[in-house]
Amino acid sequence: MSASLYAGLASRGFRRYATYRSATLAGIFTNTVFGVIISYTYIALWVERPQLGGYGIAQALTFAWVAQALIMPVGLFGGGIVADYSERVRSGAVATDLQRPAPLLAVRLAEDLGRAAYALLTRGIAPMLVGALLFPLAWPSSVSTWLLFALSITLAVVIGFALRYLLGLLAFWIIDTSGPASMLVVLQIFASGSALPLVTFPGVLRRICELLPFRCLVQVPCDVLLREDTGTGSLPLIGLQLLWAAALLGLGALLTRAAVRTVVVQGG
Amino acid sequence: MFGAIAGAWVRAGFTYRTSFVVLTSTGMILTFLDFAIILIMFSHLDALGGFTLTQIAVLYGLSGFAIGVADLLLGNAEMLGQRVRDGTLDQMLVRPVPALVQVAADRFALRRVGRVLQSGAVLGWGLSAAPIDWTPLRVLVLASALVCGSLIFASLFVLGGAFQVFAGDASEVANAFTYGGNTLTQYPLAIYPVEVVRAVTFIVPLAFVNWYPALYVLGVDDPFDLPAAFQVASPVVAALFVAVAALTWRTALRHYRSTGS
Repeated sequence: MSASLYAGLASRGFRRYATYRSATLAGIFTNTVFGVIISYTYIALWVERPQLGGYGIAQALTFAWVAQALIMPVGLFGGGIVADYSERVRSGAVATDLQRPAPLLAVRLAEDLGRAAYALLTRGIAPMLVGALLFPLAWPSSVSTWLLFALSITLAVVIGFALRYLLGLLAFWIIDTSGPASMLVVLQIFASGSALPLVTFPGVLRRICELLPFRCLVQVPCDVLLREDTGTGSLPLIGLQLLWAAALLGLGALLTRAAVRTVVVQGG
Repeated sequence: MFGAIAGAWVRAGFTYRTSFVVLTSTGMILTFLDFAIILIMFSHLDALGGFTLTQIAVLYGLSGFAIGVADLLLGNAEMLGQRVRDGTLDQMLVRPVPALVQVAADRFALRRVGRVLQSGAVLGWGLSAAPIDWTPLRVLVLASALVCGSLIFASLFVLGGAFQVFAGDASEVANAFTYGGNTLTQYPLAIYPVEVVRAVTFIVPLAFVNWYPALYVLGVDDPFDLPAAFQVASPVVAALFVAVAALTWRTALRHYRSTGS
């Protein structure tokens, strides 16, 4: 299987979403409105408690806007592959997917990377620019931080994909996956730090969240971006993301094999 | 009619019983997480924007209850864009039932009652724990806030639906006002700049969902010194906003052009 196949799939994923321009603009508007609302709640909190969790106001605000920017690329609200997949299993269209001469997981990952790239370039960057105009944000000065941040975002996207892929596979065993899907969304929003940075969480809750993969979606990329101000070591964080990405993708590959054996296509 | 269509969807929802239970409970957890975030904030604070935790519980509960009721009854208006795109709105327009009733009842999801229950519980706790000098008028303002807040959010859902008749793909714009409005009003408006407060008072009347009635019920002075009459004006504002939404909906349907397929 050549790299050009996957590049092609990724570019299809990109263009599939790029078709809907007004939807993109609407999304940018909504992300921006939420960014502004959350910024004022963070200001209220950090004015009362300066240096809470090692963040100043600028760091907290940067966190708020980066979290908004990552919502769509990492698939924090679900949708996409999950909604897609249980429908394909229910309708039997999954049989076509399984006949294709490329592994299901790799095909889906390539498509999702294309989708995420589009989401990041539009709904990621545009609201962030508005945020930077309206609020004092803390940008890193060194190039290496930006490079590490880019790597960390890429890994966050892969981990986000792997989580939704695993959930999609559930459709092979339980037909209606909307229950587990909404549970995943709850975990992703809360335990990723997207609603409030994990550094503000009280002891036990924070430790639980640090054991879960969800913090790799938002908190870890933000930690990497803010490392110059907070003094956080970023290489262990990237290593953690690599571990989770490998573990979740590995599990995905294993379960795909099991799922293929269970598949019974109904109807004709 | 609404009952008949909605009832059919409720029975359909029960087909996958486990899923229904999981969806309803995760829905409640999801909405409770908003409040968990506030609780975590208050583990570091005594007051936010001059409001104590119990006072914020009142604001949160009123806003959550209002959007919960509106979302239960009209939340599906946000899927109207899909119907415009694939042309199935046509079917609704030729049936002898008002289109809005059909849009509202279509895919009626009883599990959304989770948000109403959860917000109601937080509101109940806030009202019993916050120091309130109860008078008959305060009870009346509180009760009217529950109705008027729901009407204001319901109007926003209808306006969002009407907007999609023209811009089918852009359904997410409505989310900024509905769910964004809910998030905004969960916190005391005192934490926002005065421009935001003016916007949600005079343009999109979200402040009348919970902020002004809550100032009255809790007996708190308006930090922005806007007229005290606003604190009891929610019914008037809600009536006006419902009228705006109804007019816009009719205009939108009159200008609806089918996909032709």
